[in-house]
Amino acid sequence: MSGMSAIYTIWYRNVLKYFRMKSRIIGSLGMPFFFLVIVGFGLNSAIAVPGMQVNYVEFIAPGIISMSILFSSMFSGVQLVIDKQIGFLKETLVAPVSRLHLMIGQTLGGATTAVMQGLLVFIISIAIGVGLPSFSGILISLVFMFLIGLSFTSVGIAFASRMEDTHGFQLIVNFVLFPVFFLSGALFPLDRIPDWLSFLTYIDPLTYGVEGIRYGMLADSQLNPLLCFAALSGFLVIVLLLGSFLFNKIKI
Amino acid sequence: MELIKVEHLTKRFGDLVAVDDISFSIRKGEIFGFLGPNGAGKTTTLSILSTLLSPTEGSATVNGYDVLSQKADVRRSIGVVFQDPTLDEELTAWENMDIHRRLYGMKKSREKIDELLTLVELDNRKKQLVKNFSGGMKRRLEIARGLLHEPSILFLDEPTLGLDPQTRNHLWDYIRNMNREKQVTIILTTHYMDEAEKLSDRVAIIDRGRIIALDTPSALKERVGKSVIRIESSETERVKDKLARVDWLNNLSSHNGFVDVTLQNAEKRIVEVIKILNEVPIESVSLQVPTLEDVFLNYTGRTIREQEASVKDRMRQHRKVSR
Ligand SMILES: Nc1ncnc2c1ncn2[C@@H]1O[C@H](COP(=O)(O)OP(=O)(O)O)[C@@H](O)[C@H]1O
Ligand SMILES: [Mg+2]
Repeated sequence: MSGMSAIYTIWYRNVLKYFRMKSRIIGSLGMPFFFLVIVGFGLNSAIAVPGMQVNYVEFIAPGIISMSILFSSMFSGVQLVIDKQIGFLKETLVAPVSRLHLMIGQTLGGATTAVMQGLLVFIISIAIGVGLPSFSGILISLVFMFLIGLSFTSVGIAFASRMEDTHGFQLIVNFVLFPVFFLSGALFPLDRIPDWLSFLTYIDPLTYGVEGIRYGMLADSQLNPLLCFAALSGFLVIVLLLGSFLFNKIKI
Repeated sequence: MELIKVEHLTKRFGDLVAVDDISFSIRKGEIFGFLGPNGAGKTTTLSILSTLLSPTEGSATVNGYDVLSQKADVRRSIGVVFQDPTLDEELTAWENMDIHRRLYGMKKSREKIDELLTLVELDNRKKQLVKNFSGGMKRRLEIARGLLHEPSILFLDEPTLGLDPQTRNHLWDYIRNMNREKQVTIILTTHYMDEAEKLSDRVAIIDRGRIIALDTPSALKERVGKSVIRIESSETERVKDKLARVDWLNNLSSHNGFVDVTLQNAEKRIVEVIKILNEVPIESVSLQVPTLEDVFLNYTGRTIREQEASVKDRMRQHRKVSR
């Protein structure tokens, strides 16, 4: 019972702070917006997506939604470093609650705000002409959005547990976030690419998230949605365990 | 009743012995002060008592619960104000309190939050972001937050570090108030003599991980010497005669124009002494009272300030070496 209230408290703090930082919400919509509009429409006529009955803007919309969730959730996770620095982490660690519950609350909070961010991009993509999916399609998309959010918040927490300051953020952005995003098949079709690239794409967990959302939004995808669900859930379990393990080892 | 009992507690960080076989107990309702220079092991001791560090050896119970095996019960019993700030400055004072309330699983306590914020005189700023608060206000907010879940014990780690003298005085009043009104037992650490002396019922002087003396401030001071009232007069014999007739004055000595009266609590008796001498001419009166600094000096051969300086020296040397 007290576990639930601890989880809720940490979740609540994340959501409260998300709504407080309006400029951050708007700011982080910039990149997805430009990707959708400039890259999307820029290449729309040049690229025909093989094997799918969609244009390029429609094709990348799920990828861009995934991107914003990826960035936002990872950022929420590594926020833990800032909680370490401002000392707030101690306030939570000395409370009569278990670290596992704190970690779960942080993960749910990060995923929630990331999915809200993803939904904003979803709305933008509908606004610029991507067709409105069916109700069940939206639900399927939401499931995959949450899986991405939960997974990468955990990854962020795992990183943050081992970091003492924010110097590593840039490293994470350049060597984790960008590769994970660009290798995910968010921007290109999965077949007719070189083998080495194809290999990297298939071991990138975000690929399965992008494809899952694609299935939900466009009712068409290159990978079986059940496979996507299984792969991403498996990844989530692994990073949740890893994140909890490392969070548990944080020394103050 | 003993709220805290510590037995042969030791904490090592690698080769460094931060806390070295200390034992003490703290009674309900006390304000207990840990006085010692930087690096003495005060924060480490509090961290063990608040379950954030485990002891290397020895045992400790807080409110009857073991700090190793009954962590959650210990945590529910204590409020902690850490040496470094732990507030979320992007949230308001009220939100910081509210999150604390939720973390401790308290149901309705809107009134309680308001009451505590009033007690530390922050109720009119509760809707403001903490980042706009002064250092003293943040400290007060942390103290109020630490009391929200009605702990029996409040830990204050260097509560007035870095605050200006006026704010410190103010904060001392709050701390005394909390102790009296909320009947909360308080353990505070400090490296300020005056803070330990003015606030604590008992003081443990700690140096290099060891408790070197533990008693009430006045008893500690008496151990290193009684206080002396020194009276300068042209008629020392008359002064001596008059004072010798008072039964609680029995330790008098005179030398070239001065009479030294040695007694306990001289600072409280000085007025009476002067009244007794009402018609005898007096040039000057001075008071020599031992301080906790003298106590520290007596036991360690160094003053706390010297000790601090030598720690800094060592750190500086260390930095040079590591370059
Ligand atoms: N986590 C730690 N790792 C290694 N050494 C530590 C750690 N925490 C404290 N110390 C060392 O233990 C000693 C006591 O520190 P501390 O308890 O913070 O002293 P105080 O609070 O009295 O200033 C110091 O020498 C300090 O450098
Ligand atoms: Mg300290």
